[in-house]
Amino acid sequence: MMEALHSLDKKIINSLQGGFPLCEKPWDVLSQQLDIPADEIMSRIERLMQDGYISRFGPMYNAEKLGGGLTLAAMKVPPNRFDEVTDCVNAFDEVAHNYQRDHIFNMWFVLATEKPEQIKQIIKKIEKQTGLLVYNMPKKEEYFLGLKFEV
Amino acid sequence: MQTSPAEQTVYTIDNIDREIIRITQQGLPLVREPYQAIAAQLGISTQQLIERMQAMTDSGIIRRTGVVPNHYKLGYTANGMSVWNVPETLITEIGMTIGALDFVSHCYQRPRFLPEWPYNLFAMVHGRSKDEVRDKVEIIAGLLGDNNRGHSVLFSTKILKKTGLRIKD
Repeated sequence: MMEALHSLDKKIINSLQGGFPLCEKPWDVLSQQLDIPADEIMSRIERLMQDGYISRFGPMYNAEKLGGGLTLAAMKVPPNRFDEVTDCVNAFDEVAHNYQRDHIFNMWFVLATEKPEQIKQIIKKIEKQTGLLVYNMPKKEEYFLGLKFEV
Repeated sequence: MQTSPAEQTVYTIDNIDREIIRITQQGLPLVREPYQAIAAQLGISTQQLIERMQAMTDSGIIRRTGVVPNHYKLGYTANGMSVWNVPETLITEIGMTIGALDFVSHCYQRPRFLPEWPYNLFAMVHGRSKDEVRDKVEIIAGLLGDNNRGHSVLFSTKILKKTGLRIKD
């Protein structure tokens, strides 16, 4: 739980979400910025990863910029068909995440394809197999000002 | 550091960049000189690796480099997808304001489907409980004032599938 986190762990998590330096000796730069010895920052990160507080350390890539297709799609699935439709949608490798949500639009999934034009093809296939409409909601603009998740 | 879309440069990746992506998408090694370790694996100089990763960061291919906290483990077990109907003419300004809030992790403009889906702005709101998420949604509503033409918050009731977004080689 949160309480178990040392103030230095919090400091590391808060400052390292976007700012790992890109230079030959990044830990030395961080050590100066945070006023924590480099070895201690590294050992704390190692433990935070082992304990599951940090799920990843490294560069985060933007899949779309690499030429793939990405979208968020929603469906209004009749409750009595929910399991059947879930199986159908999840069977597609291109469905990366799928969530049930408490709304008439009750199924929300992320489609990620190797090529942008494949998004429409997969959506057509899902519509054909389920007989239900798929609402394709690709992002038109992103308002992302760097993650700053305070702990 | 994150580069805002307006400042991004265009950069076309080559085979060496693809190798860099393949090796680093699972993470950087937790060693004193992580870039040197990656460069050695690829048979290029550390300086070349740093320049390429800088170019990918400047062009937005790398969103950012650092740690990804596990929201659940940190006690932020509730998340709600808040959706908003806001005037199209003001949406960039509104999106920037909402995206800057510390409890919002993603903020996107998406298409409406009238009449059944009037919402054009999505903001993922995190909290320690559903009530905390609802309180934060009300903070957003307060900020929007008259520009809020309707909103809703959708909580996830079940994860039906979750696989990593894999970048193909």
